[in-house]
Amino acid sequence: MGLLDKQDNPFESSNIVITGADTLLNWARLSSLWMMGFGLACCAIEMMAASASHYDIGRFGVIPRPSPRQSDIMLISGTVTLKMATRTKLLYEQMPDPKYIISMGSCSNCGGPYWEHGYHVLKGVDRVIPVDVYVPGCPPRPEALLEGLIKVQEKVRKQSLGKTTV
Amino acid sequence: MTNTEIYDKLKSAFGPVIGEWHEQTGGEYMKRLSSYADVADTSFIRDVCLYLRDEPGLEFDSLLLLSSVDNGDKTLSVAYHLESKTMRHYIALKVTVPLDNAIVPSVTEVWSHANWQEREAWDMMGIKFLNHPDMRRILLDDDWVGHPLRKDYVYPDYYRGMKVPY
Repeated sequence: MGLLDKQDNPFESSNIVITGADTLLNWARLSSLWMMGFGLACCAIEMMAASASHYDIGRFGVIPRPSPRQSDIMLISGTVTLKMATRTKLLYEQMPDPKYIISMGSCSNCGGPYWEHGYHVLKGVDRVIPVDVYVPGCPPRPEALLEGLIKVQEKVRKQSLGKTTV
Repeated sequence: MTNTEIYDKLKSAFGPVIGEWHEQTGGEYMKRLSSYADVADTSFIRDVCLYLRDEPGLEFDSLLLLSSVDNGDKTLSVAYHLESKTMRHYIALKVTVPLDNAIVPSVTEVWSHANWQEREAWDMMGIKFLNHPDMRRILLDDDWVGHPLRKDYVYPDYYRGMKVPY
């Protein structure tokens, strides 16, 4: 059944694919980016629209998970208040490595409309956790969110076991 | 009853406790809902509300809205919008207290749904309600300093190690 049973010509039945370990692992990881089911404000509505059948984020292997410990990506979908920022940081720390963050919408990118008079809003989620991809918009359309997800996939594709992340 | 008739009835029952009548400009709807009576003696507000709820013919069974105002002249106001669902009439009351001694009797005994609205007025404007069963902040965290909707509120530079200004 294995390679050793067919020592004369192991490749005759053409069931074997040869690839690099990095390529295989990265392909597996980027095709199953499980997402933390976590909505903060109105951007979460667009996230739900992206998850629904019309845009179907599930075709990229994104499955919403109820626990940070089972998640690969976290979508910061909305206004991060100072009260929520401490919780967001805790959730980020509970996620296993490797983990990726998509900051969705103006509020979580830079404070959005609350940049001046928002006494209760964190002016950009990157002040508490590192962000991989910023998706602009107020709120971004589902297409923009899918583009952000593809950017994360491109990032995963370039990673390697031998060296740390690009 | 129209709200001026209700005001006259209130005036004859309480006398000098009830202050001036302020007719709201704008459409009929605004006049009906937002024309208000000053309650000159703040300590009587609970008794006035109890009267409005229990007097036959008035029967105000619902507190539509309890909101707070910073007048900008070192005084704070609390506005009560009342509705009678059975009699289908409306009235609004307003009490004014000094900024450095902002204490108003609670109306939670009259309408239990005043509970959270008074907590919000305490959280945002720093008005203390006497005999309130649970006088805590409702939206902001317990360790927040100050009351953010006051005109003399100074924005914090840091909150739990997070930078607040843009």
